[in-house]
Amino acid sequence: MTTTTKPTAPVVAPAARRLGPARLALRQGRLELRQFLRSRESVVFTLGFPIIMVLIFASIFNDEIAPGVSYTQYFVTGMIATGLMTVSFQNLGIWIPIERDRGVLKRYRGTPMPKWVWFAGKVIMVLVTGVVMTAMLLAVSVTLFDLDLPRTATAWLTFGWVSTLGITACTLCGIAISSLARTARSGSAVVTPVALVLQFISGVFFVFTNLPNWMQQVAAFFPLKWMCQGLRSVFLPESFGAQEPGGSFELTRVALVLAAWCVIGLVLCLTTFRWTTRRDG
Amino acid sequence: MLVGRTLDGMSDDVAIRVRGLRKAYGDNVAVAGLDLDVHRGEVFALLGPNGAGKTTTVEILEGYRRRDAGEVRVLGTDPESVLGAGRSGSSESLAADWRSRVGIVLQGTGEFDELTVAEVVGHFAGFYPAGDDPDKVIERVGLAGKAQARTHTLSGGQKRRLDVALGIIGRPELLFLDEPTTGFDPEARREFWELIRDLSAAGTTIVLTTHYLDEAEALADRVGVIAGGRLIEVAAPDSLGRRREALATVSWRTPEGQAESAESATPTALVAELAARFGGEVPGLTVTRPTLEDIYLRMIGQQ
Repeated sequence: MTTTTKPTAPVVAPAARRLGPARLALRQGRLELRQFLRSRESVVFTLGFPIIMVLIFASIFNDEIAPGVSYTQYFVTGMIATGLMTVSFQNLGIWIPIERDRGVLKRYRGTPMPKWVWFAGKVIMVLVTGVVMTAMLLAVSVTLFDLDLPRTATAWLTFGWVSTLGITACTLCGIAISSLARTARSGSAVVTPVALVLQFISGVFFVFTNLPNWMQQVAAFFPLKWMCQGLRSVFLPESFGAQEPGGSFELTRVALVLAAWCVIGLVLCLTTFRWTTRRDG
Repeated sequence: MLVGRTLDGMSDDVAIRVRGLRKAYGDNVAVAGLDLDVHRGEVFALLGPNGAGKTTTVEILEGYRRRDAGEVRVLGTDPESVLGAGRSGSSESLAADWRSRVGIVLQGTGEFDELTVAEVVGHFAGFYPAGDDPDKVIERVGLAGKAQARTHTLSGGQKRRLDVALGIIGRPELLFLDEPTTGFDPEARREFWELIRDLSAAGTTIVLTTHYLDEAEALADRVGVIAGGRLIEVAAPDSLGRRREALATVSWRTPEGQAESAESATPTALVAELAARFGGEVPGLTVTRPTLEDIYLRMIGQQ
């Protein structure tokens, strides 16, 4: 830079054939979905897993855990939360390291694609699979295990915001944790134990209040426990709230904790996300 | 061709200008003060052994890596400003403009297992303001018969063609090719060379790294040899390492059947002398000049 400090001439933008943001995001989302749907393993394990678990558990345990509350009702709420975590946190935490390792992300970075488009594609994929999975779970549970769907608009509204906030937090955390994996293979080694442990301590398989107190305390730091609790407020009778650790469903706290995880996840994404592997500089 | 784009003292015909480029990974100095100029419209080949700093240099030029020191301009822009773009909103569109003018074929392929060739090329075409017709590009790289094939079913050479297709889909002014023909059979390689000549004839500036000296000789207007993180020579392929002035080697067999050879600046005279000595036909006579490979190996051997 010894010669001059004059700015370079503005590049004359070629005729505006560049796609608009909405088009770019939708194309990227469609591409991600297509890739997802064509890899049979990920469809079976991501979408099938929660359904299979419901079929197994609801068939084994059919007793009541509280007056008028069957174990199935309780378990389905936990599996919806688990399913939302699977399509977002696990799916992204496992697949992003693979794509990074293969150099797919590096290739995208070499194009004029704005960075956010790639994230938008992932988010669209997560949202679509999340909705499909939830619908499938509800359909199975209603037809086979007499699950009662929420009857009031308020309940559906709660269902909506708890799911949205939960899947957002899990998506951001999934993208963030993807940077921990050093190689393609280590993605699932990092993510699977985290997800499994959270499922056990957050009251998915067991009634939360039956868990040891310290376990409840640990679970309360993470989003899954609060997603389960929020969804119980939707599917279980009002009276069951009294059995929750806080004496009610604590929806305000659910919102606060999930929102906090959205912020934590976002900050981690912005500060740690890598487009290339470590050895790749 | 694009003319009059830069005002900052860089002459219009300079596509890449590098001065004093340095990059170290810990104690390992990969690039140690490299200077380089690539003119618009030229095909420039970077040769060098593994670990010489080729890929590091190219990836700095492509806007993938940061440098430790030195001055770099690629199409009038500092690639490092592109690398950091996005954090400060406005520079993202400038970065996108630059990216749409630069085509990149990386050394490693980024695979999209579950998609077809046509889907991948079509998708990438949408990122560029003046993207080429995907079908035409697929045809051009010789994958027309594989357009509907999933990319994971392609052979190594076919995957490389897909990489090239993605590198040129945006109709770049400047194309980087990092060891583009690795895994090609000889025929595919010739076809690829034709494609490069076509692109070059259409005005695309091309920077390629290669291990194949015949490739550099066939394609490049100029060759730069990198060794130990420095550009040790830049020249046209036929004059690299003073190849034109190099001594010729004359070999023959003695009447006892022993192989003899001599280096000579005047091989014709030597052959005439031998012919006279043998009284006609010289047994086992050959006259050779060093190949580009001989010159290159001597150059990097000295480093």
